[in-house]
Amino acid sequence: MARQFMKGNDAIVVGALAAGCRAYYGYPITPASEIAHAAALHFPALGGVFIQAESEVAAMNMVYGSAGMGVRTMTASSSPGFSLKQEGLSYAAGAELPCVVVNIVRGGPGLGNIAPEQGDYFQITKGGGHGNYRLIALAPNGAQEMCDLTMHAFELADKYRNPACIMADGITGQMMEVVEIPKAQPRTWDHSSWCVDGTPATAGNLVSSIILEPEELEAHNLKLEAKYQRITADEVMFEKYAVDDADLVVVAYGVVSRIVYSTVDQARAEGLKVGLLRPITLWPFPSAAIAALCGTAKSFLAVELSTGQMVEDVRLAVEGRKPVHFYGRCGGVVPGGDELLAEYRRVLGGGSR
Amino acid sequence: MKTYEKSAGFFPVFERKTGPAKEATHYCPGCGHGNVHKMIAEALEEFGLIGRSVFVSPVGCSVFGYYYFNCGNFQAAHGRAPAVATAVKRTNPDSIVISYQGDGDLAAIGTAETIHAANRGENICVFFVNNAIYGMTGGQMAPTTMIGQRSTTTPQGRLETVHGNPIRMAEMLATLPAPTYIERVAIGDSKHIMKARKAIRKALKIQAEGKGYSFVEIVSACPTGWKMDPVHARDWLLEDMLKVFPLGVFKDESDSRDENSWHRRYDAYEPAVVDEYLDRLKSTLGEAEPVALENDLHCKFAGFGGQGILTLGLLLSQIGMRAGQHVSWFPAYGPEMRGGTANCSVNLCGSRIGTPLVENPNVLVVMNQPSLDAFADQVTDGGVIIVDTTIVEGRPDAKRLRPVLIPATAIADEVGMAKIANVVVLGALVAATGCFPRAFCEDTLRAAIKKRSLVDMNIDAFGRGYDFVKNAR
Repeated sequence: MARQFMKGNDAIVVGALAAGCRAYYGYPITPASEIAHAAALHFPALGGVFIQAESEVAAMNMVYGSAGMGVRTMTASSSPGFSLKQEGLSYAAGAELPCVVVNIVRGGPGLGNIAPEQGDYFQITKGGGHGNYRLIALAPNGAQEMCDLTMHAFELADKYRNPACIMADGITGQMMEVVEIPKAQPRTWDHSSWCVDGTPATAGNLVSSIILEPEELEAHNLKLEAKYQRITADEVMFEKYAVDDADLVVVAYGVVSRIVYSTVDQARAEGLKVGLLRPITLWPFPSAAIAALCGTAKSFLAVELSTGQMVEDVRLAVEGRKPVHFYGRCGGVVPGGDELLAEYRRVLGGGSR
Repeated sequence: MKTYEKSAGFFPVFERKTGPAKEATHYCPGCGHGNVHKMIAEALEEFGLIGRSVFVSPVGCSVFGYYYFNCGNFQAAHGRAPAVATAVKRTNPDSIVISYQGDGDLAAIGTAETIHAANRGENICVFFVNNAIYGMTGGQMAPTTMIGQRSTTTPQGRLETVHGNPIRMAEMLATLPAPTYIERVAIGDSKHIMKARKAIRKALKIQAEGKGYSFVEIVSACPTGWKMDPVHARDWLLEDMLKVFPLGVFKDESDSRDENSWHRRYDAYEPAVVDEYLDRLKSTLGEAEPVALENDLHCKFAGFGGQGILTLGLLLSQIGMRAGQHVSWFPAYGPEMRGGTANCSVNLCGSRIGTPLVENPNVLVVMNQPSLDAFADQVTDGGVIIVDTTIVEGRPDAKRLRPVLIPATAIADEVGMAKIANVVVLGALVAATGCFPRAFCEDTLRAAIKKRSLVDMNIDAFGRGYDFVKNAR
């Protein structure tokens, strides 16, 4: 079994290589830079492309170029850089280009800091750029998933011709864990019907997001929306731990889900029936899985490294049937297990905070 | 009699064009775009490049380049055509890539992309139509708008002190070492048009020969934006604009560069090649039978930067990985880095690890006084606390904790290198916790230490730390 002890950020690059990604375009930013470092080492060594672009904007538009060629391609950044990629993401979504974009989220708004946060949830799951579009968003919570979900992101991106995003945090990026190195995937995708790759076979194709006639652009938007509905129906991923009999279902993703996982057994040891529901896809959101727990759970608690973003999707899923509480830390402050246990006691005891 | 036919570089009928007139372009009378398009299409045809050409349309009047060019087409975001063109070329170096841009696109919103594609010497052609105005968006000031020229955003005329001067892109780019060929031409009378055609052909030939980046600036009229009839527009171009934008070759190294000297390597995806490569990334510790771990370890290692604190964590992690256990290592970064301590959290567990952050360690290593002060209280009752007594003056609470007091740095000095104190501590940790057998740890260290000349010293240091604890009992 081929294993290595590696950083989450490095595992992303291993996953990308094994998925057949051939072109990486990036710009340095903490705490995502290790991804560019690893890409700079590995992509050229394998005859692929690595360019340190002049800006995040350029990097994303280079991704647009390679994606339009039908080549698996990616970029990675952290929050302020991800903001700059919104233009290119909107164009890629409009032109239906498969690509993978990684955001190792840090503290914001503005320059913020380089500590872990989840304040980019809205930007990632609700659009971010202009127009009616969605990013497929995956939230790994460990190094192995940084690798595996990056591979999955490429699959989904190709399957639906849509950008896919890996949303992780500084801890998941910087942390090292044992990673099983995957086998390189067979090349299963064929984009020759739409891509423009500089060969006569695709010379009749056009990669574009401009559609002048309102009726035609409406039809294009409705086609995209139908695709997003299919993704919502078929691609939701989540993980449950001890939720079936839980009075309190904690909803958390990324590194927070790891902290919550550590507290579930402790809580149960003191008689608090707590369970964890971890969204793995942030969009599409596991709304049905949460709704299904409304019959057994007494209440829900969203825990985030934000002032309350994902909690809105939990509320939409619960539709008022049960109380939805929120506990968040932000600015780079990460809640400890004791802090969360205190919150469970408060919520289950009916106390207010 | 000679029959002139539309170039095969153009579609016979412009089916992508909206509206009924599928055989005419959307350009205004007197506009230069039509001429430039024709020159490009004819050159692509003559050089036999149509099938492998990719035309990148910008935002601006030429946003609809894909209506006309009978090759692969991209439509790019405003100013980003050189970035898109870069990626297209890099992922198929045999393609012929044209970044076709206007002045707002190339010299305002896309300035960075323009300069850096040139600076990287991308093997592409940039055709820059400079007509000193934003045409498509309604006649606003462009970066190349002339001093005194009225536009919808300079209703009193462009003023140097308010709006700056017209930018000369060809001259600017010619200061860079990488570009192969930079020329400014004009679409005015037939003499100028002949020169423009020659320049466009030359640029495409340079790319086809793999000789690098070409930039052809084409000074061109916009009668609509300038609010002139085509004849006056042509005269103003030739008499006034060319004073600010002088024609000529600003750089030409096409003769001195070798064919394919700017052709970059790109290999298509081969899973077998990637597999072979990924295999080299795997752990070199060698396979071992899983070694049971009696108690999960939640460790925090802390000290000054430079004491090998992070490495200590990595070495223990490698031992844990080789033993088949679940392992996580997390370095403090961000706020915790301040205050002179470096620290890392290591979890070694028999089952899935929850939080990678260790709030309450059952093993704490402190290699400086601030770390003892900061973390000793966080250790769980009965937890092991290893103190390098060479450096740390304070002593932990021996009633609540299991202190291991070891002069690790002094021992490391005896071994021959003070920096190896972290490995002395590792030996002490293994002895104090009994997590893994000594021989197993030493085997792992032998494989983990990259510098072969340091292996013996590390084994010595590990053994002394281990023996110190065992003998103290």
